[in-house]
Amino acid sequence: MWRIRHFEERVGQLKRADEVYGLIHLSVGQEGVAAGVCTQLRDDDPVYSGHRAHGHAIAKGAPLERVMAELMGRDGGLCRGLGGSMHLVDVEHGLLGATGVVGGNIPMALGSALAARLAGGDQVAVVFFGDGAVQAGHFNESVNLASLWELPVVLVCENNGFAEFTPRSAHTKVERVSDVVAPYDLTRETVDGNDVAAVWETFGGFLAAARGGAGPFLLECLTYRLRGHYEGDPAKYREAIADADWQEKDPILRLQRSGLIEADEAAAAEQAARDEVEEAVRFARESPYPASSLSDELTYAT
Amino acid sequence: MSRTTYLQQINGALFDAMRADERVFVIGEDVAEGGPYTATAGLAEEFGVERVINTPISEAAISGVAIGAAQSGRRPVLEIMFIDFVTLALDQLVNQAAKAHFMSGGQLTVPLVVRTQGGAGQRGGAQHSQSLESWLTHIPGLKVVMPSRAADVRGLLASAIADPNPVVFIENKTLYFRREDVPDDPEPVPIGRANTLREGRDVTIVALSRLVSEGLAAADRLAGDGVEAEVLDPRTLVPLDLETIVESVRRTNRLVVAHEAVEHGGFGAEVAAAVQAAAFDYLDAPIERVGAPFTPVPLTPPLEDAYLPGAEEIYAAALGMLG
Repeated sequence: MWRIRHFEERVGQLKRADEVYGLIHLSVGQEGVAAGVCTQLRDDDPVYSGHRAHGHAIAKGAPLERVMAELMGRDGGLCRGLGGSMHLVDVEHGLLGATGVVGGNIPMALGSALAARLAGGDQVAVVFFGDGAVQAGHFNESVNLASLWELPVVLVCENNGFAEFTPRSAHTKVERVSDVVAPYDLTRETVDGNDVAAVWETFGGFLAAARGGAGPFLLECLTYRLRGHYEGDPAKYREAIADADWQEKDPILRLQRSGLIEADEAAAAEQAARDEVEEAVRFARESPYPASSLSDELTYAT
Repeated sequence: MSRTTYLQQINGALFDAMRADERVFVIGEDVAEGGPYTATAGLAEEFGVERVINTPISEAAISGVAIGAAQSGRRPVLEIMFIDFVTLALDQLVNQAAKAHFMSGGQLTVPLVVRTQGGAGQRGGAQHSQSLESWLTHIPGLKVVMPSRAADVRGLLASAIADPNPVVFIENKTLYFRREDVPDDPEPVPIGRANTLREGRDVTIVALSRLVSEGLAAADRLAGDGVEAEVLDPRTLVPLDLETIVESVRRTNRLVVAHEAVEHGGFGAEVAAAVQAAAFDYLDAPIERVGAPFTPVPLTPPLEDAYLPGAEEIYAAALGMLG
């Protein structure tokens, strides 16, 4: 979680310095979901993410320096600089795609779950999306299909209460995402997404069942996006959270207060994360931009 | 040689691919029942409903499912029942399938075939009769195949299924039940190679899909006027075998490009522009395009018949250039 937090905060600085490119959506404040889910998965469990993907990639095992190099558009990036922040892919670690089209990743995760079933494997597919995706047509089509086909997939909704720039109440009358899917006979649970232990426990139960062939599942994680929708968003549509309130919500501080981790262990983890992020920045800065021929080379597979 | 149909050849190619490779599966609305034209008839009986998967009417989601399965190592053949419904699948095809290999820096591949069919002439009305190939040819990362004959549709579909890229395979509903001669042991037909169906020295006719046979009919009629037309079927629009087309135009010095799609913004414009850039000095006349007028497809028979471009329009265009 510290690795994600420091990575994201460093990316925010680098964005202001114009060292990382494109639309940058940070997940500061939502680390508990990525950590509680991804660290329980195997490398061959396919994971899909959306436009706010850095935390999921890092928690799934993508090397920090290659994520950072990707954001800087370098040849040493995960996608050789052709994807960027919203399109992180790391096949080696099972991150099969992040998408900038809200909700477009959900049916693809079903496809990977179907592929696992057809191949006789026990992989479990996981897809992360925000509450904004729930109002999109492909979400509803996908929930129906996942349920109809009983696919081994866990739909993980990070409900941070805001779809882009407007609160959930401006998008729908249904407050809880787990209620949206109620008629489809999904196993569903809403948890406090800023409580990593709760995420871990509930997701772990879903994962074990899915591994055994059950499914689908929906895990709604109520969380909080500390930053604006994207870096540079003045976020005038909401009030800044008071420091004291954030101390209460912050998933990292809560974990440290919980007693599940010793204070010196936490401090060491934080320092190691800071060092690793700085090393990632150094690696990315030194990585060259890709050759101009790369676009033509990679438009089609051969 | 044996007599068979375009549709039976498609069905045969699906049987061949599913027997040869267990990763191949068919997915789409009503496919286990054979679909509205019986293209997938019999597959569920031989391979089971696990590999011949009926879906709800959810084009966006089933396209995404097929892409995800392809990324995870399977070889889906997705049916979009009418190309008119590809509108609902375009996000997945354009934003996901076409770009996955590229945006992942080459890590992902999407070996997906999207079978669909278009074309007017059966009183289907404006939402079941369109020719929308130029939407798809505009997207880098997609391949687009438009078979015109029973003789090579099977080989083209085999190549599409074997291809590591997303391939949109656009059939034409009016070709399905024509009886034609085909070789007994059809070879795979490579993607990206045009076919010269008739040789001639006076004018080149490049025609797509249903208009290939119309181009051949026009060439017969032109021969009666002493004009020898060369008829080319590109078979695949992306990648386009421009070399064969340009080589022909350099000999005939005249080009007619014919398709059923609306002429305005159609693929013919791309062919015309590419040919004039490559062979401007060889052209003895402006390149002529034959396509549908800029209206939706009308339902009522007299208007639909008048709407459809065919041999008459190709003949007139070619003759006009020689005038």
